Formats: sequence, structure tokens, C-alpha cells
Amino acid sequence: MTRLQFAVVTIYHYLFVPLSISLASLTAGLQTASVLTRDPARAQRLRRSTLLVGKLLLVTFAVGVVTGLVQEFQFGMGWSAFARFYGDVFGPTLAIEGMLAFFLEATFLGLWFFGWDRLPRLVHLATIWVVAVGTLISAYVILGANSFMQHPVAYGLDPVTGRAQLTSFAELMTNPVLFATFPHTIAGAAMLGGALLLSIGSWRRWIGPAPAGAAGSPQARAVDPDQRAFAGLARLGAWTTVAGGLATALTGDVLGKVMTSVQPMKMAAAEALYTTTTGAPFSLLTIGSLDGSRPVFSVELPYLLSFLATGDFGSTVQGIDDLQAQYTATYGPGDYVPVIPLAYWSFRAMITIGLLAALVAGVYLWLTRSGLDPREPRASALPFMSQRLFPRPLVQLSLRMLPTLPLLPAAAGTAGWVFTETARQPWLAFGLTLTKDGVSPGLTAGEAWLSLAAFTAVYGVLAVVWLRLVKHLVAQDLADPPVRSAPPASAGGDGEGASETSPAAPRAVVPSY
Amino acid sequence: MDLVTVWFALVVLCWVLFFTLEGFDFGVGVLTPLIGRDEHERGAALKTIGPFWDGNEVWLVAAVGVTYAAFPAWYAALLSGTYLPMVGVLLLLAGRGVALEFRAKHSDPVWRRRCEVVLAVCSAGVVALWGALLSVFVRGLALGADGEVVAQPGLASGLSRTVAPLLTPEAAFGAVAGLVLSVLLGAAFLALRTTGPVRVRAHRVAAGASAAVVGLGAVVAVVGLTGADAVSVSLVALGALVAGAAVVVALAVRLGREGSAFTVASLLVAGVVVAVLLANGDVVLPSTLDPAASLTREGAAATPAALQLITAFGAVAVPGVVVYQVWSYWVFRRRVTSERVATS
Repeated sequence: MTRLQFAVVTIYHYLFVPLSISLASLTAGLQTASVLTRDPARAQRLRRSTLLVGKLLLVTFAVGVVTGLVQEFQFGMGWSAFARFYGDVFGPTLAIEGMLAFFLEATFLGLWFFGWDRLPRLVHLATIWVVAVGTLISAYVILGANSFMQHPVAYGLDPVTGRAQLTSFAELMTNPVLFATFPHTIAGAAMLGGALLLSIGSWRRWIGPAPAGAAGSPQARAVDPDQRAFAGLARLGAWTTVAGGLATALTGDVLGKVMTSVQPMKMAAAEALYTTTTGAPFSLLTIGSLDGSRPVFSVELPYLLSFLATGDFGSTVQGIDDLQAQYTATYGPGDYVPVIPLAYWSFRAMITIGLLAALVAGVYLWLTRSGLDPREPRASALPFMSQRLFPRPLVQLSLRMLPTLPLLPAAAGTAGWVFTETARQPWLAFGLTLTKDGVSPGLTAGEAWLSLAAFTAVYGVLAVVWLRLVKHLVAQDLADPPVRSAPPASAGGDGEGASETSPAAPRAVVPSY
Repeated sequence: MDLVTVWFALVVLCWVLFFTLEGFDFGVGVLTPLIGRDEHERGAALKTIGPFWDGNEVWLVAAVGVTYAAFPAWYAALLSGTYLPMVGVLLLLAGRGVALEFRAKHSDPVWRRRCEVVLAVCSAGVVALWGALLSVFVRGLALGADGEVVAQPGLASGLSRTVAPLLTPEAAFGAVAGLVLSVLLGAAFLALRTTGPVRVRAHRVAAGASAAVVGLGAVVAVVGLTGADAVSVSLVALGALVAGAAVVVALAVRLGREGSAFTVASLLVAGVVVAVLLANGDVVLPSTLDPAASLTREGAAATPAALQLITAFGAVAVPGVVVYQVWSYWVFRRRVTSERVATS
């Protein structure tokens, strides 16, 4: 129960946080480009894009903050036994994350969003970079705590109280699992943020409402500055998705090798490999049961698993049955096998869905190369063939589907987390504590049910509101951010309205405050 | 001073800053629909806290995080022992933060109205809950020997295990006090940070709220006087101080000294929080069942190694945080205009 609740709130949190991480860096990058460029028209396009992405970041960050708060309380509320036992390892980690990074993000994001007209240009630019760096530090430290659960390092057990003690923070933060997990997670975050920009940019450029100045003909659309900004956002998003996809694959490979060495059971579960095998095949697809009996149908690539797991085609990969025997010998009798079908299928879902997202982004990049309209025959023409690679209806349909693209990396990320956390089971911290021993001893079933229902309901509402708001923000015309000391003409309803002082109204300056 | 004392002081500091800083933005949240006659005025009221509330709320993260790091047993007992109320706090905070952040992103009046209502209701709910929870800090929980709350017998559903501590007269008083104090802080802040009609109305609200606080102080003093034992002296003193401070706030507002009014109101809230956290001396969380099971600072503290580690980080990070938060308040020091200025 508590486990399910933790999973629900954590997965939800991990949808919004990677989005915040990548959007923060993308906003910072866009604003930097706008400051660096010498072309005033381009600078204006970039500034407008920055403001849009920044607003998306703000609403996403708000959800990330409130769900993150739930995370911090969860450890004490639902897992007090765990909190006591690992207090010395987890407490400092969470506290350091809060003191070092979270304060930075929250304060400087406020400074950035409200500071367009209050701060010098370069100082203002610096504030968004502080936010971006802060999100990365946060991710690193939190993943450090997570890596401890996968592969405990830098701890000693107190002989008197039996509690875990942190022996070296440096060692905790240089956990080999962390070195592999962090880039993998950040690359996945980049895919999610990139896919969101791609979906927004492409929707506004090709499908959605045309901005006020460019209604009507495609020709008018093509030269409108906002349309060019959206086209730019879409391509930036696509590049980010492709790059993130490649990085995710590379780092995933590294992570797989680390995982094989520290958590062999997890790798075996991912492959539903029951017997220790030399030159083990990588199973692409299995129909039928995964309980070790003969599957009905399966596709396997010989030797590939051995290569993925260790880097050597001829090496030996340990199987579930042998590991179970080993663990029984080490930790006493018990069932040390995670839920195999869950591990097997979530692992596969993560890989295929993630690759699919990168592929779609890559195709989009190719179809819109050098400013082409993807629906033009020329766009999908192959250089040396008369045949079109993609028939027009397919392109039309794909463009209409493209706004849903962020669902793919989101699903891949969720599958990844489900895999890495459930395939750790039954351990809470690998080799140290079983999950069932970490739950708050006094927690009653009624409390667990009630809070699970409440969190699920509120989070559901939150998701719907978030989606509506993002759609609304994206459907608006782009607006210029406020400029320092020169109040901009109140052109374009940017939806800020009354929450900002009306830009035309003179501000009452009270020097004595 | 040993590290345990230092870290206890830091925990107190985090809670004080959370309740004082977030106290005024809770108050502004509660007051916005009451004090702003139209959308523009309400927007102006909210703009005073727009850049800050996120940074203020991080003090809650800090307070909980530091408690976890320095006093894991306290953290575990408190949060698991107040499970359902904490769920309520989290959900209300979520609704509030999201309403505040989302309101300005959509120009539809109905949307804005809804966000304001959600914001006010959640803000009021969360301060009342916190007020009630602070009474638990003082009274303690039914802690057993293992530091877990023992479920009261006869409550079959188990739901009331963590709700029961909030169903006491003290908790009800705490809830009212939390609401009144945050309204006072919010009104003082609005008076300081706005011009025009919002400022005028904030003055009136601040005066009314300080009268209510005088009443609360009187209640505390009377309870102290009629109490049976020696605790009463400190309670009487506390009640008198609270009432006195509230009178000073009312006077300062009356004289138009908005800076002083806000400062005194903040000190008042800070003092109350300190009093609550130090109420039981060395005991951080008393057990209502068995005094031996109460959690003391030493008993709840983390190991020296962990304390040293976070001391190293805290020594760098905390002053830095204070510096850039002060800078942020400095950047947005100008008042927000709430009157409509005819242009063009």
C-alpha cells in the first residue's frame, strides 16, 4: 500500500522534475543566444521564445515543488523505520539538497521571472543559469541518495544501535551507480523537454492557430516572425530530443554494465534469464510465460546480452536461479527474485519507446531541413530517387499527432523508473534492508488508503489543470518580456494582465522603504 | 555549545523563518479575495508575494530536511505520528502554490476567480492546520517505547490515530491563533508593499487583526493565571507580551509607520514559534503516555559524524541563502500600485 503510494507520487514527481531540469537549461540557452546574437530581429524572436519557455518552466516548476515537498515528507510519514535506520545517510543528503540547490532554484526563478525590468541584462541572464545549475545539483544529490539504495556505499553499521552511519559523503557522491545514472537521467530529461518544445513549436508552426499577423496563406505564415520563432523552437526541440536520445542510449549502455556488476539480479530479471549462460542472447520479444518454462514464441539476438552486460560477446551472465541460490546462502532463506514480467517488459518499453521518440524527432529534422514545409513533396523526396519517402497523408497525420510526442519520453522515463525501482525488490537498500521492514510500524491500512486516494485525486486534477494551462500558454501570441527602465507599449495580451503592474502605469517609487 | 545545540538552534531558525516569511504570504493569500475589490487590485495584492513565496516555502523544506538530517528520530516520530494531518498540509500547500502560480497565466476572469478562491481557502486551511500542529509540538504524541505513535484502543478504523491529537482545545486554539496571526502579518505586509486602495484596506484589516491578537494573548494569560502549577508564570508573561506586541502593531499602523508595524508583527510571530519550540526545554517531542518515551534532543540526534558533515555544508550554504534571499527582497523593494491610473 505505502509502496504503491510512494510509487504513484514518485512517478508523478519524476514526470515534472525532468521537465523542469531540461526546460531550465533550454530557457537559459535561449536567453543566452538572444543576448549574444547581433541580429535585432533574431534577438527579439529568441527573447520571445525565452519568455514562452520560461513560463512553461514556471508552471512545471510549481508542480515539481509541491510534489517534491510530498517526497520529503513521505520518508517520515510512510517509512519512519527506514528514516530512523538510514537517517544518517538520507537526512544529510536531503538537507544538503535543500540548502545547496533548492533554495537557489526557488529564489532565483522568482528573481528571473519578475526581474526582467528590474535587473541589469547580464545579471538577469545569470539568474536563469543559476536556476539551471541548481536543478542539476539537485538531480545529482537526489540520485546520489537513490544510488545508495541500489548500491550502498560509504556506510558503516553502528554496532550498538544497528543503524547505518555515513562514513564519507564524498564516497556517497562518487557511487559508480550514480556516475552512470546521472547522465542517463539528464539525457532522458533532455528528451522530454526537447519533445515538449518540438510538439509546441510544430503545432503552432503547422497546425495550430496562426498568430494575428499571419492568418491565412501559408506564404504569410512562412515570413511571420512568430512563426519563425515557433519553427526554431520545434527544431531546437527536435535536436535536443535526438541528442538526448543518443546520450540516453550510450549512458544506458554504461549503466547496464554497472548494474550487471552491482545488481546482477536486476539484469537477469530484465532479461528473464533463469540459468547462467555464456554468450547469452538478448531477448527482443517473448510471447508466453516468463516463468522459465519454454516460451511460446521468442525472438532473441544471440550473444548480445553478454555484450550489453559486460562488453564481451563471449562472457557469462548470471541467471536468476543461481543468484537466488547465492542470496539464500548469503542473507538467509527468502525470496530474492523481483517480479520478472514487470522488470522484463518495463525494460523493453523503456528502450523501444525512447528510441521511437528520438526517431520521430530525427525524421522531423530531416523533413524540415533548410526551412522546408514537411508537407511539400520536396521535403520527403530522397536525393537519388524519384519516389517520395513519406506519402503526404502520412506526413499530415504525423504532424497532427506530433503534439502528443512528449508522451513517449514520459512513458519511457516512467518505464525506466518502474524498472529500476521494482527490479531492486525485495530490497529497499540492496543487500541491507527489505522493503517490508522500512514501513512506518504504526501506519494503519485506513490511513494508507485514504492518503493514497487523496494524493491520486489531487494529482489527477493537477495534471489536468497543468495540461490546460500549457495549452493555453502555447495558443497565445508570443509577447516581449518587459524591458528595464523603458516600459514597453502594452501590445499583445500576453495573459499577464493584472498580476503585473499595468506596464503603462507609472510606478510609485518610495525611496524610504 | 555542542553540535546538537547548534543544530537544534538551526532547526528553530528554519521553523521561525518559515512561519514568519510564509506566514505573511499565507496571510496575503487569505486576504486577497477580501481586500481586492476587483481583479486588478487582487492581482496587485498577489504581485507583492509573487517573487517570494517559492523562496519562503523552501524554508519549510529546509526545516524538515534539517530536522531529518540532525534529528532523524524526531523527524520519523513527528511525521509518521501526524500522518493524516501532514497529508492535509501537503495537499493544501499544493493547491495553494499551484493556484498562485497558475492564476496569472490565464486571462479568463472565471479562471482567475477560481484560482483566487482556491488560494484563499488553501492558505487559510494550511495556516489553521499548522497552528493546530504546533500545539502537538507542545503537547506531544502518544509515543511508545519504539518512538512510534501507539494507536488508541477502541478506534477500529485506525483513521483517528493521527487525527486525534488535533482534536483538543489546545489544537483548536492553535488553529485560530495561526489564522489570526497570519492575517495580521499579511495585512501588515500588504500595507507596506502596496499603494492605493489595497493599502488603505490593509490598514483596517491590520487594526482588526491586532485587536484579535490582543484577545488571544489575553486568553493565554488567563489560562496561565487559572492554571494549577508553576508553568503559569511563563504563560502569563507570554500572553502579556503577545498582547503588548499586538498593541504596538496597531499603534504603528495607526501612525502610518508601516515598516515598524510589519517588523513588530514578524517579531511577534517569531517569538511565538520560538516559545512553542522551547516550551518543553530539552524534550523535542513529549510522549503523552510515558515520560520516559519522550524524545530529547540528544536522544533524537544523528550521529556526530553526520552532524559534522552537515555542519560543513550548512556553514557555507545557510549564509549564502540568507544573502541572496535578502538580495531578492531588495530587488523587489518597490511598492506595487493598486490604483488604476488613467493612461492614454
